[in-house]
This record gives sequence, structure tokens and C-alpha cells, in this order.
Amino acid sequence: MVAASPTISTAELAHIAQKLRVHVVKMIAAANSGHPGGSLSAVDIITALYFGRVLKHDPKNPTWPDRDRFILSKGHGVPALYAALAEAGYFPVSELMTLRQVNSRMQGHPVQGLTPGIEASTGSLGQGLSVGVGHALAARLDGKTFRTYVLLGDGECQEGQVWEAAMTAGNYELGSLTAIVDSNRYQLDGAVEDINSLTPLDAKFESFGWRVIQVDGHDVGAVRVALHQARESHDVPVCIIAHTVKGKGVTYMENNNDFHGKSPNADQLQVALSQLTD
Amino acid sequence: MTTTGTTLTLGKATREAYGEALLEVGTENKNIIVIDADLAKSTFSWTFGKVFPERFFNIGIQEANMVGIASGLASCGKIPFISSFAAFILCKGFDQLRMGAAYPKLNVKVAGSHGGISIGEDGVSQQSVEDVALACALPGFIVCIPSDEHTMHAAVRAAAEHEGPVYLRLGRPKTYVVHEAGVHFEFGRSIQVRDGHDLTIVANGLLVAQALMAADTLAKKGVEARVIDMHTIKPIDAAALERASHETGAFVVAEEHMHHGGLGSAVAQALVAGTPAPVEYVDLGDRYAESGKPDDLLEKYGMTAKNIVSAAERVLARK
Ligand SMILES: Cc1ncc(C[n+]2csc(CCOP(=O)(O)OP(=O)(O)O)c2C)c(N)n1
Ligand SMILES: [Mg+2]
Repeated sequence: MVAASPTISTAELAHIAQKLRVHVVKMIAAANSGHPGGSLSAVDIITALYFGRVLKHDPKNPTWPDRDRFILSKGHGVPALYAALAEAGYFPVSELMTLRQVNSRMQGHPVQGLTPGIEASTGSLGQGLSVGVGHALAARLDGKTFRTYVLLGDGECQEGQVWEAAMTAGNYELGSLTAIVDSNRYQLDGAVEDINSLTPLDAKFESFGWRVIQVDGHDVGAVRVALHQARESHDVPVCIIAHTVKGKGVTYMENNNDFHGKSPNADQLQVALSQLTD
Repeated sequence: MTTTGTTLTLGKATREAYGEALLEVGTENKNIIVIDADLAKSTFSWTFGKVFPERFFNIGIQEANMVGIASGLASCGKIPFISSFAAFILCKGFDQLRMGAAYPKLNVKVAGSHGGISIGEDGVSQQSVEDVALACALPGFIVCIPSDEHTMHAAVRAAAEHEGPVYLRLGRPKTYVVHEAGVHFEFGRSIQVRDGHDLTIVANGLLVAQALMAADTLAKKGVEARVIDMHTIKPIDAAALERASHETGAFVVAEEHMHHGGLGSAVAQALVAGTPAPVEYVDLGDRYAESGKPDDLLEKYGMTAKNIVSAAERVLARK
């Protein structure tokens, strides 16, 4: 378990991120199924949120009403989130290895009410930002100061519902809402640009009334800075476009969409583990 | 898996047969247009797409939009075949299917892959356990779950030839071959795959093979079960059920779906309109499943040959 520290250095954050990556590849290999590409691209973002003193949360009290919310809209990336939740102390690290097995809390996609720390059942893409709008509205209605973060895939942004939610958040000026797009340039069948391009993504969010911050999604220090900037925003919602690499950290998975939804075999796992050192 | 009477061999997944059949009918009929929503390699619509790129559109992750586009294409005389996971195409595209296919009676063909819980590890969000109920709630839709590669092949051809909306459920895992290649196939006309006079097992999808295995086990206990592949849930083959009710007087209905609104409901509805007989059900019940290996899930959630045997024993006791 990783202890919360008031002043955590970028080097320490990077160290935690590597640790989460090791969990991710081991879990997926043990399950012999899962989505390594989109889990690994999200690791640094999730590390900055949970260990960069961005999220206000209490692993021992996951339903604390004043906690900040994190909604993983791209639910197939959940191994990265389980790894972070385990290291933060929500449940034992040993439970990670039961991923995708019968009777496990480590379901293939996030399940609200089953796994401590999971805020929404996702896996059907396109729905998380709307749920985030609901949390942000509830905070406003109750005069609470908690903030809501939603992580989306770039391919996921092809779903119309994402833009219904974006429009609503912009018009309601939901300053407590932050969307983060894991912009790894690939979806399931290929490149987002080839299948149905979202370019320019920043101008789309801006035209819906959002403030946009672009960041290198694997510079965990820069991601932390961006998330802290978003915290300071109270007038309009913020979208952080995190430029990432699908499969980040394992050379044969990087930008190789074969590993969107395929687990490494035993030999590939050994190669991955040999690369995931500090 | 082999017992007396029935030797089943594992064939292709029905989704793979879907892709092959689509390529075949699409080669013959240039009006066939195929659309997918970023699952073309999983649904096997890509088998068509790589040969006919000009008639294939992978529009990305937007199932509702896909159904609307199909509606427009069908209005212009095209025959769109649209595919995604069953859970997404029906749940996200339902209003569009209602307004853009069922109500205007358009020639839209909907393929929902990864039906049931046998998709395994991905878990509930990707498992479709209510698609039959939803599709049956679209007036005028034909709703069909082929049990093996041969009937899937025939069903795709029948869908292309039928004038009107059709829903086909495709499966992820490899499936036992229960029919001969070239088997006679018509929507609404069930296929008896084993005769018997003590009770009738009505099944579809991968439960047909389980029903045959169960019938073998029952035969060893001196019980002769008829097995009917009821591939079409709507319109249901009421004549075959009526005959079976007279000749066997008891039923087990087995399907990979929640209890409500699936094959079990359709069979019960048909039976009480004709000659009622006791029925026992093998299905998921009123719940969702979870992640796990397909066989572990079918075992835990009670949709195997073993469950069919116990249901048969229960229904015989009520006869
Ligand atoms: C509504 C819906 N349609 C299709 C899928 C199947 N699916 C799972 S992941 C994926 C691609 C997602 O791409 P992206 O959002 O870019 O995620 P990442 O690249 O981070 O994996 C698809 C199509 C799904 N989960 N939900
Ligand atoms: Mg992506």
C-alpha cells in the first residue's frame, strides 16, 4: 500500500505509476483476458489523481458524502483503477489477482456498489460524463464543495451522449466538473482519426463552454499540475486532453492496437515485467 | 461430451458464420450495405468489409446513430445489415429501432453479437440477457437465435430475402454443430432435432446442444425427450408446440436469457392459447450474471445439460 504524503515528488509519482503498470499486466495475464492498451495509457492520469493529492478521498470511508468523485467512463481500463484503489488502501492488493474470475469483486468492467471506490457501473461506453453532470449538480444543490472527475476514451467521444453531457455541463456552468480524455489515438478497430475523426477535439469542448487544458498524459508531474489548475476553476467545466500512448510502458504494446483487448501470454508477460522497472 | 445417441463436434462461433454468410449474400445482392460500430472484428462484419469496402461503414462507437443511418438507407431501398454487441445495439438503439425500423416497417437487419452470458470475462456490461425481450417488443420484427454455424448461415440468407425488420443474435464462443449443412430453414418453423414422447425440450442458441446432451442422459434413465430447436422466438412455431403438447404433455424451455420476455415467455404464451401443459424453465432468472470463464458462468447460473435434466425430472413429476 502507498501511504498518502502531503508533498509527493514527481519521481515518487512516477514510481507509483510503474508499480500500477506491473499490477495491470500481471492481473490481465492471470485473467488471460482484459484490455492492456487502454489500461496502461490511463495509468499516469489515475496516479496523479489518487496519489498527487488531487482527489479528496478516504479509502477507509469510500462513501464519505464529501469525497471527490472519480468516474471511469472508459470502463474497460478498470485494471488501472483497481490497482490504484488497492495501493491506496480500498481493498487488499492480493485481491487484484482475482480479476475477471467468478465470485470476484474485480469485475471485468466497474460495478457500482460491489467494489469499494467504484462510483459508477460502466463498460457501455459514452455514459460516464452524464453521471458526472449528475454528481456536480447534486453538489451544487447541496452546497457541497466536492469535485467530480470523469475519464473518457477518445474513441468513446464518438458517442452522442458525451456531447449531450458536454452541452449540459457547459450551459449549467458546472465548474466542479472535470473531464479527462485519454487521447491515445486508437479505439477497438483502429485509429480514431481513420474511423470517425473527432479533430479538433479541443475546439469542440471549447465551443460547448468548457476550458481546455492540453497535457502530455505520461508526464505525471504535468498531469498533476493540470489537475490542480482544473481544481482552481469554479466558473466553467474543464476538459483535460491528455495525449497518451496506448500500451504505454511495454514496448511491444505501445501503439500496437492488437493489445487493445488481448492479454499478454506467459513469455510476453516476462518481457513486460522486465521493462516495467524504474 | 459424447453420450449415447448424440455425437456433437465443436464448430464455428455463430458470429463467424454470420460474417461468412454476409459475404456470400452481399456478393449476390449489391443492395446489401453493412455497418458496424467499432466492433467489426468481433462481430465478423469485417469479413464482408474487407471485400466490399465501398459498401461497408465502420462508423465508430455510436450505436444509436448507426440504427438511424440504417433507417435512412432502408428508406432508399438498400438492405442494411448493422452489427454490434447485442447489449449495445438493442439498448442504445432501441428508440431508433422503434421509430426508424419497426414502426415504418423498414427492411433493417440487426445483428446483435456476444449474446448471453457465454461471452464470459468482460462481465455484465457486455453480456446481453434481455435482447430477446427488447427485440420481441418491436412490432413486426422477426427475432431469431440460430444454434449453430449452419442455421446461422441459413438465417442470414433468410434475413436478406425477407422483406422487413429482422433481429439475429450471434454468439461469441465456438458452438456445437447440431444441424447438417444445408438444413432446411425458415423463420417461424422450428427444427426437431430428436424425437421422444415423454416430454419436449424447447431450446435455442447454444442451449440446443445442451438439450441434446440432456436428452442422452434422460434416455439412460428411460425417459425419451423430444428436442426442438426453436430458433425463431417471434413468430413462434405454435403448431410444433401444439403437436408436442399433445404427444408429450410436458415441456422444458432452455435459453441463455433472463427469465422474462424470452423464449420461455413465448412458449408459455403459445401453449396456454392452445393445449396447456406443465413447463419448467432453464434460464438466467431475474438477475444479471458477472465476469468469469464461460463454462464457469453457465454452470454457476444454471444453464447446462445438467440443469435441463433436473428441470425435466421436475416437469415429469407434474405431468
Ligand atoms: C457502447 C459500447 N460500444 C462498444 C463497446 C466495445 N468497446 C470496448 S473498448 C472500445 C474502444 C474504445 O476506444 P477508446 O474509447 O479510445 O478507449 P481506449 O483507446 O482508451 O481503449 C469498444 C468499441 C463498448 N464497450 N461500449
Ligand atoms: Mg483510445
